[in-house]
Amino acid sequence: MANIESSFLDVSYLDTLSYQTTIIHRLDPRIKLITTLFFIATVLSFGKYEIAGLIPFVIYPVVLIALGNLPIAYLLKKVLVAAPFAFFVGIFNPLMDRAVLVQLGPLELSGGWVSFASIMIRFILTVTAALILIASTGFNSVCMALEKMGAPKSLAVQLLLLYRYLFVLGDEASRLTRARSLRTFESRGLGFKVFTNMIGQLLLRTLDRAKRVHLAMRCRGFDGEIRVSRPLKIGGRDLGFMLGWSGLFVLMRLYPIPQWMGGMVAELLK
Amino acid sequence: MSHHIIEVKDLQYTYPDGTPALRGVSFLLTHGETVALVGANGAGKSTLLLHLNGCLIPQAGMVRIGDFPLTRKTLPHVRRTVGMVFQDPDDQLFMPVVYDDVAFGPLNLGLPQEDVEERVMNALSIVGATHLKDRPPYRLSGGEKRSVAIASVLSMAPSILVMDEPTASLDPKARRQLIHLLKTFTHTIIIATHDLDMVLDLCARTIVLKEGQVLADGPTWEILQNEELLDSGHLEKPLRLQGCPRCGGERECP
Repeated sequence: MANIESSFLDVSYLDTLSYQTTIIHRLDPRIKLITTLFFIATVLSFGKYEIAGLIPFVIYPVVLIALGNLPIAYLLKKVLVAAPFAFFVGIFNPLMDRAVLVQLGPLELSGGWVSFASIMIRFILTVTAALILIASTGFNSVCMALEKMGAPKSLAVQLLLLYRYLFVLGDEASRLTRARSLRTFESRGLGFKVFTNMIGQLLLRTLDRAKRVHLAMRCRGFDGEIRVSRPLKIGGRDLGFMLGWSGLFVLMRLYPIPQWMGGMVAELLK
Repeated sequence: MSHHIIEVKDLQYTYPDGTPALRGVSFLLTHGETVALVGANGAGKSTLLLHLNGCLIPQAGMVRIGDFPLTRKTLPHVRRTVGMVFQDPDDQLFMPVVYDDVAFGPLNLGLPQEDVEERVMNALSIVGATHLKDRPPYRLSGGEKRSVAIASVLSMAPSILVMDEPTASLDPKARRQLIHLLKTFTHTIIIATHDLDMVLDLCARTIVLKEGQVLADGPTWEILQNEELLDSGHLEKPLRLQGCPRCGGERECP
């Protein structure tokens, strides 16, 4: 019960973060979307045993978090929530792939462990990038950007309405659960049967509300297309952001920067 | 200005499950009138309101808005003329940001960008909500939501306003502000409500519905004094017209 409520507060906190006006927040949503997608694509394009090559990519989330004034602890917590998915995707690799790939003194690392680590790093990088996109742009603007870039209109509209009514539905669900817990004693009444009734109830209420919302939309001339008046404009700074980062990603993808840096450090130490 | 007129003639409506909701309702509202629609739960108030801007199409009888009888063909015109404020603002405010919501109607009317902006800001300033324009609706208080819902209808510049329980779930101060706001409107207004004290403040004329029929239609002052009529309509004298709770109005209360 408290759980449902607090997790909704959490979602709306992500939304609150997007109301800031830092230099990152002011960038055009499309630019941020493209850059994030490009970042994710580059990170995913590495070979399955790659670890060293991925490390430099940390710079993107770090710079954006710093410039966008985003709370790093909060974002990491969100990443952790999703971490089990990646964990279970990767955890079988060490069992399947036992060939020794790296010899660290007495320690032998099998290819499976290396690829597992690689999966986890990729996961952290990509999920953090996606979270940063939402926290610095706002879900609505991301939807608008999707639509402006040619994603199907109905998809964008669905996402917008989903996001708008997520909170209303969450409120309704938490009221239902609260009403139940107030009349539940010694865990009687917490059973599965009551739960299914509640879900059904929620569905019916949702259908009713959907009908009313649709009426309200029709009353104001809705004809299947949602028009939004704010024109988006891509300026020089936006382009600079996109090209600069994309260029850096390509460089980091093509050249083994950690090795160079290692080499430089070794030179200096000599 | 005949387009501010609402005429309802022998309107009948039965819900698909067979429940009769309206059984021959007739009345005529003229330009600039503020009329209250009162009656018991299930008397047919909401069903009647849904007919006034074409959310429901008459099964028998007729609804005429201005010069146009309400049919599927005249629907776009009727919806432009009649602005409907729903009971639950959460149903009405479906866009992610207040500004977009208020701009929704004007954009659908196909107005140019500058006009839309002007109308939105104008509507928001009428209800005193310009500072809310960048907020998401789900973060507003009940009173703020109500104001924005009204602004989202005003931005389409309707000549007739239809409101369903506008004062429901508002705190007393917000309710009072709403009443003051509605007093400044020159639109033809029809309000379905249980808030008879508000009716006393706002509406010169009252229509009482009972079981899908008009039980009474006349000056508010007379109807709200008629206890027999009120009782048969499941209503009660507005608190202000009842005696003092301490002495029952028998003598001067100190």
